Order: sequence, then C-alpha cells, then structure tokens
Amino acid sequence: MKSLEELNRIKEASLKKVTLRQDNAEYRILVGMATCGIAAGARPVMKALMSAVEKDHLPVTLQQTGCIGMCRYEPIVEVINQSGVKTTYLHVNAMKAREIVESHIKHGKILEAYTKAEGNSEE
Amino acid sequence: MERTHVLVCAGTGCSSSKSLEIVKRFEDGIMAKDLTDEVKVVKTGCFGLCQKGPIVAVYPDKIFYNTVQLTDVDEIVNEHLFKGRPVRRLEMKDIDEKTKEEIFDIEKTKFYAKQKRIALRNCGVINPEDITEYIALDGYQALGKILATYTPQQVIDEMTVSGLRGRGGGGFPTGKKWQFAANQKSAEKYVICNADEGDPGAFMDRSILEGDPHSVLEAMAIAGFAIGAHVGYVYIRAEYPIAVERLKIAIAQAEEYGLLGKDILSSGFDFVIEIRLGAGAFVCGEETALIASIEGKRGMPNVKPPFPAVKGVWGKPTIINNVETFANIPTIFRNGAEWFAKIGTPKSSGTKVFALGGKISNTGLVEVPMGTTLREVIYEIGGGCPDNKNFKAVQTGGPSGGCLTEADLDNPIDFDTLIALGSMMGSGGMIVLDEDNCMVDVARFYMDFIVDESCGKCSPCRIGTQRMLELLKDICEGRGTLDTLKQLEDMAIHVKDSSLCGLGQTAPNPVLSTLSKFHDEYMAHVVDKKCPAKVCKSLLDYTIDPTLCRKCGLCAKGCPTTAISGVLGKEPYVIDQAKCIRCGACVQNCPFGAIMRS
Repeated sequence: MKSLEELNRIKEASLKKVTLRQDNAEYRILVGMATCGIAAGARPVMKALMSAVEKDHLPVTLQQTGCIGMCRYEPIVEVINQSGVKTTYLHVNAMKAREIVESHIKHGKILEAYTKAEGNSEE
Repeated sequence: MERTHVLVCAGTGCSSSKSLEIVKRFEDGIMAKDLTDEVKVVKTGCFGLCQKGPIVAVYPDKIFYNTVQLTDVDEIVNEHLFKGRPVRRLEMKDIDEKTKEEIFDIEKTKFYAKQKRIALRNCGVINPEDITEYIALDGYQALGKILATYTPQQVIDEMTVSGLRGRGGGGFPTGKKWQFAANQKSAEKYVICNADEGDPGAFMDRSILEGDPHSVLEAMAIAGFAIGAHVGYVYIRAEYPIAVERLKIAIAQAEEYGLLGKDILSSGFDFVIEIRLGAGAFVCGEETALIASIEGKRGMPNVKPPFPAVKGVWGKPTIINNVETFANIPTIFRNGAEWFAKIGTPKSSGTKVFALGGKISNTGLVEVPMGTTLREVIYEIGGGCPDNKNFKAVQTGGPSGGCLTEADLDNPIDFDTLIALGSMMGSGGMIVLDEDNCMVDVARFYMDFIVDESCGKCSPCRIGTQRMLELLKDICEGRGTLDTLKQLEDMAIHVKDSSLCGLGQTAPNPVLSTLSKFHDEYMAHVVDKKCPAKVCKSLLDYTIDPTLCRKCGLCAKGCPTTAISGVLGKEPYVIDQAKCIRCGACVQNCPFGAIMRS
C-alpha cells in the first residue's frame, strides 16, 4: 500500500469483520430460533436478513434468540432500536424479511401489516 | 458475512487448557450444523481472566463463557449458536452484593468494571494473526498520520506532553529517552523493543504480543521516525513460542501491506523490524546486557554512562522501550497526548497492566488507571484471597521489588508512591501472599532466583547474593541467630550499593523489605526457632496426638524413614524426632487428623 487513502480503504473494507464485536449498531434484529422457530422456517429468514444487511452495510446486529413464547406466530422477528423500542413482526418469511429491512431499517418505516396476527398468516 | 463470531482465547494460558482443540471442536460442530456461512470462529488474545480459562466470547450477543471444556462445546453449538439460547451454566457472572441478582453483563462484573484497557485494547477483540482486523480498529492510522503530517520533533514533543513513562519497571519518561537519541548525530540508529519479560509471575508483555502484535510494530516504526532509525529489533525470549510466532506473522503481513519496509506510505521513510531471540536469561532484560546479547556476545551488562541513547547496539544511538510502553503509543497519537495525560495521576499518566498471581481468586491480567488503589486491584478486581484466608502481603516488582502489607493497601498505585512505600512498580507482576506464606521463605525464593540469574560479571552480585542465600537458608533451617540477621542486612546494603547493574542493585530489595515489614517473622525463626506460617520444614515438629490416634498404623506404613513406631491396634504411634525428616507424608496418610504440626 502506498498511501493513507489506501489504508483507509482497507480499513473500510475490513470494518465489517469486526463491527459485530463493537457496540454501535443502530438496530438489533432478533430472530426466534428455538425448535418452533426453526420448524416454522426461521433459518431462511435469518439467511435473507444476513444477506440484506450485508449488501448495504447496514448498521445492524443480527442475533438469534430462543423461544419468544408465541410459537404459533413463528417465525418471529423483533427489531429493536437504540432507545430500546421493540417492533415484533409475525409469520415472517424470506420475502417479508427483505421488505422489513428495506422499509424499517433503511427508511425507518414500520410495516404495521406484518406486526398483526390477523390476515397475516402463511395460508 | 457471518452473523455471529465466536472468539476463543488462544493465549498461552488458555492454550494450555486445550483452547486450540476447542476451536477445532467449534469448527466441526458448526460444520455439522451447516452454520459455516453464519458463524465464524476467531482465535484471539488474552481476555485477562486467566483463572477462568479457557474463555469463549460470543458476539454480538456479548456472552462470555468461562472454563469451557471440550465436552461443553457441543452444547454451546446446539443451544446457543443453533437455537439462540445461551448456556447459562457456563456464563461468566457476578452476584450483585446489594440486590443479590446475578450480573451477566461482562463490563459490569467486578473483574472488569474498574479496568480501563488501553495497552490491552485489542486483546480478546481481534484476531492477532490478521492485520486487516487491526487496521479495521484504527490500526496504523497513527503511523499514517505521523508520516504524512508530523516532523520527528513534533512526535517527541507529543510523547513528552503525554507523560508516558517506561512500563518495564524504571518509569523513565519515554519522551525524554527519545529526545536523547534524537539529539545524537548519527546516520545509523536503532529502536529496540524489550520483550525479555523475566520476573517470576509476570506475563503482561507476552499477552500483548500474543494478542495485539501490530500495536507494538506500529509504535516501533513511530519511534524510528522520531529518532531517525531505520532498523528495529524485538528482543524476545525463545520460551514465548506463541508470541514469537504471532510476531513473525505480524511482521510478514505488515511488510506485505507496505506498512514496514521501504518508503512506507510513500513518505520516503524506511523501517524494518527483526526478531532477536533470547535464551531466557533474566539479566538480558537489563538494557546493556540486552544489547550485548543482540550483538551476539554473552549477555552481560556494561557500565552506564554511556547510555544506550548515546552508544547502544553496534555502538550506535539506540532506544529501548518495553512492550507495554510501545502498546500505548498508537492510541496516544490517535486520541492526543492531552487525552492520555488526563488518565491516571499527574506524575504517572495512563494505565498499567498487572499480572495478578499467587493467592488470589481471579488470577489474570488487569489494566487499571494509575492511581487506582492496591485494595481495589486486589479485593475488587482480584476478588481477594481464596478459601477465606487472611491477606498477608503483596509482592510487586518481582525480584527487584518488595512487599507491601495491609497497611499500604489504600495507597494509589503509581511509580513514585510504590517507591516511597519501599517497593516498586516493576514491570507489573503482582503476587499476593496469604497467611500460609512465610515471608522469610519468600525472600529465600527470590534470592534463589537471583543467584541462578546473576551473570557473574561483578563480585558484589555474584558472591554477595550467594552469601545472602546461604544466610537465608540458615534462618529457614533453624541455624540462624540474631547475628545472622545483622549479617544479612549488612550484606544486602553492600550488594545494593556496589553492584554493577540494576539486577544486583535491586536484588536485595525483597530481603530488605521483608526484614523491615516482617521483622517479627524473622525473629520467630532465629529466636524461637519457629516458622509462624508453618512453611519452613526444619522448624516444624510433627507429633501424634495419642487421644486421636486409632492405632491403625497407616502413618508408619507411609513413613519414608521409618521414624514412626507403635503396635498395630494396641499402642498409639509415636514419631521419633531424630529420624523425622518433616516430609509431612504422615499428615496426609492419617485418616483421623491425629498428626499435629507445630
């Protein structure tokens, strides 16, 4: 490397390797991944979230969590902002997960329809 | 990109309790669960809490598992990594004294709450074998900024303002040292990193090199720019194989990225770093002996002056700084000298890393701001003496330092206070002693070490320490008299005053400090012929209490000198004091606790 700019480029490119270990994300996304969540299809949701977050380098830490207690609404995704306000999305699938990232994380707009149990089931 | 990182300590401590096998097991488990795209296992440096190793940290959940066994790994993979349920029984936790609630937040536990990690900032956070992780956390930014915008004099001025003092033990102001070397007119100068960490029980430098080698390399390049040197040596003992290996990897990566070598960042500044392995001689931590060793000569000290800053390695101006000193430097230039000067006390700025060892609940590596009290370090961070034993003393400064007692504990830790109390900062070893430690025996232990390590060049150290050891053995073995104490003290003062180098000049310190602070214990040994802590074997008497003896004969069976006699099932057993060698085997063999030590 021949310049400070180049050093900074390497820094930017490497940052994603370690941000996970830092405490500076704007959102925390939790995916319920106990047996109930996994059986209902939480893993494709997690994969979709991971690639959506990575694609645009979003300030998000993605965590899995245990059973949230509402197994019939799984897969459940919770989005928590920095002040601790939690939004719970129910019956999420990979497509909905991408929409949540697009609307909620990128534009701060909560997708109310996906937070309600009625009219939002897989069937 | 992965969603979860599993950081496993791969320092010397945790490696010796199978942390590398744990890494393998994690990788296998993650593979079996088809989580390789989601979870990454990272080998990292020391988290500090070596007592509870191997340590495994899971991010972004910030869950710290301790004393993880190979058999626990599958459970962590299945429960935590696969299903998102942390394994509570393995988590590091504290109990809140007021509410009695369990604290899982690692930063709020007593061990970490009072710590401030500057020199150890990346240890346990990054993979030391991956330069890009260091770069991601602002690594080499300080060097880049300096090469682009500073003059060498500005670098030295900033060091002076920061107030950083040498962490190897002496506490000499780093800025001043660099200024001396910079003032020398010479085309050839050298920067040396002293990684010859020799104090028994000290492992600060090893952990920094194992956990964050690039911070030391970056600082050495900065030092080279400041004084006008183009070559640096890391003098490290061969008995630190993991640290040596990581340094080699780090140097190779820094060269590959053009952060060491010719024309660094197109600034025209050249700097290379080479490793020099030492054979583990204590005296080679002394700078003139270290220089001799680098030059391929026998590691023996020379008279100062000339100081290394004037005439060092290959006869050229040289600065020698300790590993921890270097590790602080990149942060100072990134955050500003004033920021650093505000941490700690006015005369001792910044933090200090201590290796807590001995009779302490939380053995490990801690970094605290200067000015923290000894009590905070030993009781709050260290958790006090285990098994409810009473604290007796803390030994700081290794074989060159002294002991501090309960009465000293509320003093702030800084270079000058510790010297005023009759000990010294030293490189940061802190060995806690409890009621079961005999202070005469402790003094004998250090003197034994010094006699082994004295290079033999000057007679006060070569002969004087040998005589002192003999006197200490006399005291421990019951041959001491009041005269012995007088001779010991006289000899200590002579050795201190007349030795050639720091090793001999400070070697009597453990003796002098225990003589003044634990005079009663010495008196008990020479006058009453008793060892109050029941350590010195020759001064112990083993007797069998006939009322407790069940006449089973197990003691006699296990006695190596047939000193115990009696009649099986009929007469209580008795120890023949003339034959007894005080090995204590009978105490262990007696199922009824009938054998007394006094």
